[in-house]
This record gives sequence, structure tokens and C-alpha cells, in this order.
Amino acid sequence: MSTRIDARFAKLHQEGRAGLVTFLTAGDPDYAASVAIVKALPGAGADVIELGMPFTDPMADGPSVQAAGLRALAAGQTMVKTLALVREFRAGDDATPIVLMGYYNPIYIYGVTRFLADAKAAGVDGLIVVDLPPEEDDELCIPALKAGLNFIRLATPTTDDKRLPAVLANTSGFVYYVSIAGITGAAAPDAGKVASAVARIKRHTALPVAVGFGVRTPEQARAIAQISDAVVVGSALVDAIGISLDQAGKATTGTLAAVTGLVSALAAGIRGARREAAE
Amino acid sequence: MNVRQPNTFRSGPDERGHFGIFGGRFVAETLMPLILDLEKAYAEAKADPEFKREMDGYLTHYVGRPSPLYFAERMTEYCRKASTGGAGAKIYFKREELNHTGAHKVNNVLGQIMLARRMGKTRIIAETGAGMHGVATATLCARFGLPCIVYMGAVDIERQQQNVFRMQMLGAEVRPVTSGSKTLKDAMNDALRDWVTNVADTFYCIGTVAGPHPYPMMVRDFQCVIGNETREQMQQAEGRLPDSLVACIGGGSNAMGLFHPFLDDAGVEIFGVEAAGHGLTGLHAASIAGGRPGVLHGNRTYLLMDDDGQIAEAHSISAGLDYPGIGPEHSWLHEIKRVQYLSATDDEALHAFQLCSKLEGIIPALEPAHAIAKVLELAPQKPKDHLMVVNVSGRGDKDLASVAQHLGKKA
Repeated sequence: MSTRIDARFAKLHQEGRAGLVTFLTAGDPDYAASVAIVKALPGAGADVIELGMPFTDPMADGPSVQAAGLRALAAGQTMVKTLALVREFRAGDDATPIVLMGYYNPIYIYGVTRFLADAKAAGVDGLIVVDLPPEEDDELCIPALKAGLNFIRLATPTTDDKRLPAVLANTSGFVYYVSIAGITGAAAPDAGKVASAVARIKRHTALPVAVGFGVRTPEQARAIAQISDAVVVGSALVDAIGISLDQAGKATTGTLAAVTGLVSALAAGIRGARREAAE
Repeated sequence: MNVRQPNTFRSGPDERGHFGIFGGRFVAETLMPLILDLEKAYAEAKADPEFKREMDGYLTHYVGRPSPLYFAERMTEYCRKASTGGAGAKIYFKREELNHTGAHKVNNVLGQIMLARRMGKTRIIAETGAGMHGVATATLCARFGLPCIVYMGAVDIERQQQNVFRMQMLGAEVRPVTSGSKTLKDAMNDALRDWVTNVADTFYCIGTVAGPHPYPMMVRDFQCVIGNETREQMQQAEGRLPDSLVACIGGGSNAMGLFHPFLDDAGVEIFGVEAAGHGLTGLHAASIAGGRPGVLHGNRTYLLMDDDGQIAEAHSISAGLDYPGIGPEHSWLHEIKRVQYLSATDDEALHAFQLCSKLEGIIPALEPAHAIAKVLELAPQKPKDHLMVVNVSGRGDKDLASVAQHLGKKA
């Protein structure tokens, strides 16, 4: 099984650079604005798109992503609409991988079989479900792999060498290394510690390793790009949306540019990284 | 009835933390190694006679156990007058409100704090709704010299001022939670976020029989002292086991502690009472009556939610029952029909709160007032030789201000 994610990382490898993985919450600040933003991401330099499935109780997320989820839910976002958003995007872009990220309950209530079929049909390539560790693989991971979707696992600073094989066993697409013990958007990662953690993971797997949690600026992105296969940026992008909204919480003329501007800067930072390293 | 009955109702959970389809370990990877450590440490402690000996010592001399099993004579008379044909059960109160800190919560907290010490953890966090679990945690952290941080919804802080001050007096830091609905579920989210951030030194002391495995099992085990004592005390008082048990349920720890030791006694009828708030068609906190199975806070269980799987805001006059879920073992006991789950509204609880105060000179917390409300319905239907035990899980001092406000509004 080769997916858009596999193809994209193969291409990045050929180009000799790390990728930029952007996270935004689907439907933030509303469906129409979200469609426009997501469609503009590849042009601005995003290599992989993560779309958050909003949930009322995002236990692993910090204030930025919590607020984005509440904005999307208040604007009427549902799982049906999140899949519709992917379909709209896919109609104009058949190459950029889309990974849905979130929590299990909305998927469980939608129905696992129905969800996997609809997600695959919509053009989803992979799933990250925060509250499904390998101990619960029967729930969604195994069915997702059978349905032809990548199941991307989070490895964390608490995942030791003994536990890594279990975490990696059914992981595909890429491994998402959570650079800090904490919630999204919290402390900035220490590049030295991240480098040794990525090296440790790579001793156990040939999969690409993306690094996220706490990466906000082009400079941080460049530093992480030098020691990983991809950099994930979420909270900073979500904040860019939040800051651009008017007092009623609606998108303004500046919203799209606020996101694409930051994505372009992050992409430039990342594209500079390997060149720097190579020179 | 085509529900297959197991040989015993007391063997759960399985090694992956499941009670039937309920329970499990639905947590972020960062927490998974911590939960596995906790499971191992608890299994070792449970097998260590020294742990039990030390715990029993504190239960006796610090908590004040055993709590009495009290014959509620005037409430019994009241219910007999309400019955037709002179029937009406003999009502006993299990007096958990007499424990140090004023509720059953301390039984569990003592166990977890002793376990935290054994594991070398130096920082304790907890979530609280009504504040009783927060007060119990703050108390034992004071006793053992541990720093204590309690997450409490901003809405609950408003309606439980007295408990906030108690926790602060005991040296705990109360952190207001302003996310989501600003009540217990959000306090639990923020406690989990704290735990993910402070993995090395922190012990998360969960207050009820919910959360990822091993919490539902461990909290149940620590609370089983309630039911174990009740068995002995009823033997002494009446020479036999009770005929029925009644307890209120938010997460369900006081109920599980009373019920579990009796689950295999087929002759004992068991009733759990959820909070029906304004009524089951309005805002309420009755997960079994008005919810369906879903996944939140580390376990699969009955939850209040919308059709998109978004968690609904619960409502109850009692902050301690104001939670959109229920412990997974209760969900299982409901599905296999071993326990009957009823519900009582805010108004029924308020009525029982006042009646119990006046009839017995015992001001119950609003949480067990829900259980007492159903006793007032169930007891008159039972014969005179029927022995009914209701768990008075906490005392009502903390609720006086909010009850006065409710009654004032109605007057």
C-alpha cells in the first residue's frame, strides 16, 4: 500500500529537504473561510495538511487549539462537514496528503466502519487519534490500515526504548514525535534533545519522523528541519486565524493572508535548513 | 431476558481494563507509560500486607472508620405512614458523612496518596466538582506534607465557596478552570493537561471510579470499605444481609464502594440514582438514562452528548453530580441488569434534603439527597421486614448557601 503520504515523503527525500506539516482545525473560523484557507495551504508551502476534527474536550491541546475547536463548533462544524471540506480540497489537489487529527469520540459516534469508508472516499490519507494508544489498536487503527488509510502514531518523550516497538508496530505514513511532554502550543522544544530522540526513533523504524508541539517561528522550524523529516506547526497558525478575526469572531479580509503569510515564512525557514546544513 | 449472566459480578475488569465493552485506556501516548507504571505499583501495593496495615491504621485513627450504620427510625416511620397497608422498609443510613472531611471521598484519597508516596511522587493534582474530593486531597496532602493543586471549574468555585476556602486553608492551590462548561468535566481536562506536562513528579489523584484503567478498579477497591463494613454491621444489627442498597451517582464512587461487595448476593436489590436536574427532557446529568456509550477521559462509558459526538453540558443542583459521564463499571452493571439506575430531579433532591434534616437531624449533602429522594419512593413499596441501606455519602454544610438561595427563589 502506497499512499499520498508515502509519495510526498519520497519526493521530499529526493529534494533533500524536510517537509512542512500544517495543522488547522477544520471549520475554523467557519466552513467557507476554512475551505479557502485549506485550499491555499499548498501554494503557500505546506507539504502535508493536518486537519483537526473539532471536539468539545480536547485533553491534549493547549488554549490555542481549544479555542479553534470551539470557534469551529460554534460555527456549526460537524464530522460530515469536515469530510465535505476534504472532498472540496481534493477536487483541486490530488497530491497533497491530508491527515485528520483529533479524538476518538466523534469518530466512534459517527461509526468506525462508516467513518473509514467516507474518509477514504473523501480523499483522506491518514489519521492521528490522540486518545487511541497501541493498547486500543483494535478500535480504529487495525480497521483503518485495512481500509487503506495510514495510522500515524504519536511518540513522546515518555515513550522509552522498551515501548517504542509497540508504538511503531502498526504505525504507517510517518511517526509524529511530540517534542515536549505537554499540551499543544506550550513550551518550545530543545533542539538538542529532539535530535537525540529522533535518532532513537530512527533506530527502530525506517518511517519518516515529523516533529511538532511548540514550534512557532521560522527560526524554530529551521532548527527542527535540520534534525527531522518534517516540522509540524499548529498553534501558531491557529493563533494567526484567531488574531485576524473581527470582534464577532468572523473572518476578515486579513484572515487568509495571515495564515498564508506565516506558512510561507515557515516554509522558507524549512527550505533554508538543509541548504545551510549542506554548505 | 437474553443478557448472559457471568458467574461472578466481581471479577472485572479484564487485564486491559474492560468491564464488558466499557472501560479501557483511551489516553494520549504521553500518559500511557505513566498509567502502566501506576497499574504495576498498585498491584504491588495491593499484594503487600504492610500497605494494608498502614492504610487500616489511618482509616481508623485519621478518617474515623468504621462509619456507623444507623437505623433511621423517623424516616422509616415517615415512609410507613406514606405506604398503603402498613408496609414500608426499615431504613438504615451508612454514615459516610461522618468521615473526616465530611464525605466518602477520603477513603479513596488516602489510598492514592499512600500509593503516590510509595511511587516516590512529590506533587499531587486533583480535579473536583463540589469540592469534596478536592478537600479530601488537600487534607491528606497537608497530612503528608505534599504540594497539592486542585482544578475546579469556575462555575463550581462560585457555588462552593466554602470548600474553596477549606482547600486553601489546608495549603492547596485551587486553580479555576475557565475552559468549556467550567465544571467538573473541564476540571478533569485541565488536570489531564497538567499531568501530561508534569510527567516526572506528579501523581493524578482521580476522585471517582472513572478515567483510564486502573483508576476505576483502584478507586472502587479503596471505596469498598463502605460495603464491607455495611455487610458486617448489618449482620450485627439484624443477623442478615440487607435486602436493598441505594446510592447516588455522579461518577459513582460512593455507590460502587457500597454495591461491589454485594454484587454476588442475588437477594440484594441494588439501586443507583442519577441526577435528573430539571427533568430528563431538560438539562440533567443522568448519563445512563439520557446518554449513550462513548469515549471520554480515558474510558468508554455512558455519556451525555449530541449526535456528532460532542460532549453535552450536564446540569444538576449538586455540583458533585454535575458530570456528563459515569464510571464504566456502572455502565456494565446497567447493561447486564445487575443494578437498576433511577434518577431524581433537583426538586426531589431539595425536598429530601429538607426532610432528612428535619426527620433525622442529619443534613445530607445534595448528592446523597438524590438517593434519599428515591428511598422515599422505594421504601413505602417494600414490606416491613425489608432492610434498605442508603449511603449518606456526604454532609450538607457545603450546600447550605446554595440551598438557601434555591429556596429563597422559590418562596
